[in-house]
Amino acid sequence: MNAATHAWRLGLRRGWTEFVQSIRSPQDQGYYLFTAVLTVGYLWTQRDEVVDGTDLTAPTVLLPSILGALICFGMVIGPASSLAMEKEDGTLLRHKAVPHGVQGYFAGQLLFHVLGLLPQLLVVLVPSFLLFEGLMSEPTGWLTVTWVVLLGLVATLPLGLVLGGLVPSPQKLGTWGMLPILFLVGISGIFYPLEQLWGWVQVLAQAFPVYWVALGLRSAFLPDSAAALEVGESWRVLETVGVLGAWAVVGALVTPVVLRRMARRQTGSQVEAAREASMQWVR
Amino acid sequence: MTTVVEVRDLRMRYGDTDVLTGVDFHVEAGEVVCLLGPNGAGKTTTIEILEGFRIRSAGEVGVLGHDPATAPEDWRARTGVVLQSWRDHPRWTPRRLLDHLGRFFEPYSEPGRPRPHDTALLLETVGLTEHADRKLVTLSGGQRRRLDVAAAIVGRPELLFLDEPTTGFDPQARREFHDLIQRLAAAEGTTILLTTHDLAEAEKLATRVLVLAGGQIAADDTVDGLARRVEGEATVRWRVGAERRTAAVTDATAFVRDLLDTHGDALADLEVRRASLEEAYLSLVRRHESGQQDAAARLFTEVAR
Repeated sequence: MNAATHAWRLGLRRGWTEFVQSIRSPQDQGYYLFTAVLTVGYLWTQRDEVVDGTDLTAPTVLLPSILGALICFGMVIGPASSLAMEKEDGTLLRHKAVPHGVQGYFAGQLLFHVLGLLPQLLVVLVPSFLLFEGLMSEPTGWLTVTWVVLLGLVATLPLGLVLGGLVPSPQKLGTWGMLPILFLVGISGIFYPLEQLWGWVQVLAQAFPVYWVALGLRSAFLPDSAAALEVGESWRVLETVGVLGAWAVVGALVTPVVLRRMARRQTGSQVEAAREASMQWVR
Repeated sequence: MTTVVEVRDLRMRYGDTDVLTGVDFHVEAGEVVCLLGPNGAGKTTTIEILEGFRIRSAGEVGVLGHDPATAPEDWRARTGVVLQSWRDHPRWTPRRLLDHLGRFFEPYSEPGRPRPHDTALLLETVGLTEHADRKLVTLSGGQRRRLDVAAAIVGRPELLFLDEPTTGFDPQARREFHDLIQRLAAAEGTTILLTTHDLAEAEKLATRVLVLAGGQIAADDTVDGLARRVEGEATVRWRVGAERRTAAVTDATAFVRDLLDTHGDALADLEVRRASLEEAYLSLVRRHESGQQDAAARLFTEVAR
């Protein structure tokens, strides 16, 4: 039995266990419910609006965009906060103390966060489709949804892992993670068209995955005529694959380096220091 | 006997501070060795270097025949580390967590040393059977610490590290924990290296005590040996008028004769106490904490002789 492969398998089991425990936990159910109520509630207030220059209702255009933002936010902040917390509370250290445990730990993290996307999508999609009509123009759009979500996943999840590996403490995640992500969501054409922003902001937004995941999802949900609303009046499928693919490749190269460094530096003293720091709020 | 841990001229420096300035010691198979010393003496640093969690500045370290800094994963399977768990795995149950961690050791099972331990038996050993299916977040501090021990021995280690295992324990939890460690050492022949600043704990558990002070090993002996070394030492307390005095002396009888000659009837509240290991150790700690590390280490060596 190869010990490293064995550890990967154990890690995947761990990911599944963590996922089951997560969807049974009131805390995590609360988070999903919160995002669902917020998203669907916002769509509801926009139900009578019609998007300028089209006959599409606002929820039809907003839903794929917001889904894109939720996916990117969840895939970055989810793993980042897990790692930031678990290098402090001793979870990672405990795995460091068993043979090939660190590999198992990261395998578990990967599967756990990938699986966590399913409830996130379901809690938004199911009520939306019950409340609003005409959200999906063609059934084949679901195929596009699948590949955009998967590509978005491999583009953004490594970002979350790297962020979690680098952030010095969970308390810092607000400034290191939340603010930049919310800023990117703000400029990525989710709530208002990208072309209303200054040129350099448009360039910045198009350098990051949020815009492209949202665009890809709009291309999946909306009729082809709606492409007229986009930059270059096109869904820019090739560019979407290119940018997200590039992020995925960079992520695949950088993430192992950062995670190895993070695991190497993990010690009992570090866990102890974090414990003491957490008891001292003001310094 | 086989040497399990071999440390030569171990040095550790953080920034401008030298924590270890040349530590030498060794641990033989089956020993229970206690690394004793005040807070900040470098006990945790030493044990983390041996565990392979921290990279030393200089010196030679061998643990189970490998340098911990570069040891392969199968070396990890032969060691156990009792971590001071805090709040990891809150949603897991003891049974699930031990089963999960134990499976990492499956590829390292050997004839005569099957790995891992059976989860149910292990839970029984550490007295957690009735709490086996509760979430970790609901366990008490003592129960969590026993789970930490179980997690450390789940892979049947040949060598077990414990870093201040009983900090924050109440007396009963401490007693139960000591019994558990003694059972482990006796039943499995596990070599154990633990750090503590509690002398009573060292006295109870250790077959040998290493005192770490001033960045070096200030004393290396059995508990009995250390106690024997301080025999003949005594503390004399007396009062002259309103002034209270204390002195540590070797020949108490002669010292008291002198006192009586000098002060005569003015001498009051005379008390002579034979020095214990604890007092010698405490004076070491006091001097260490007032910043005279080297003097303290010297004093202890002198007192101990």
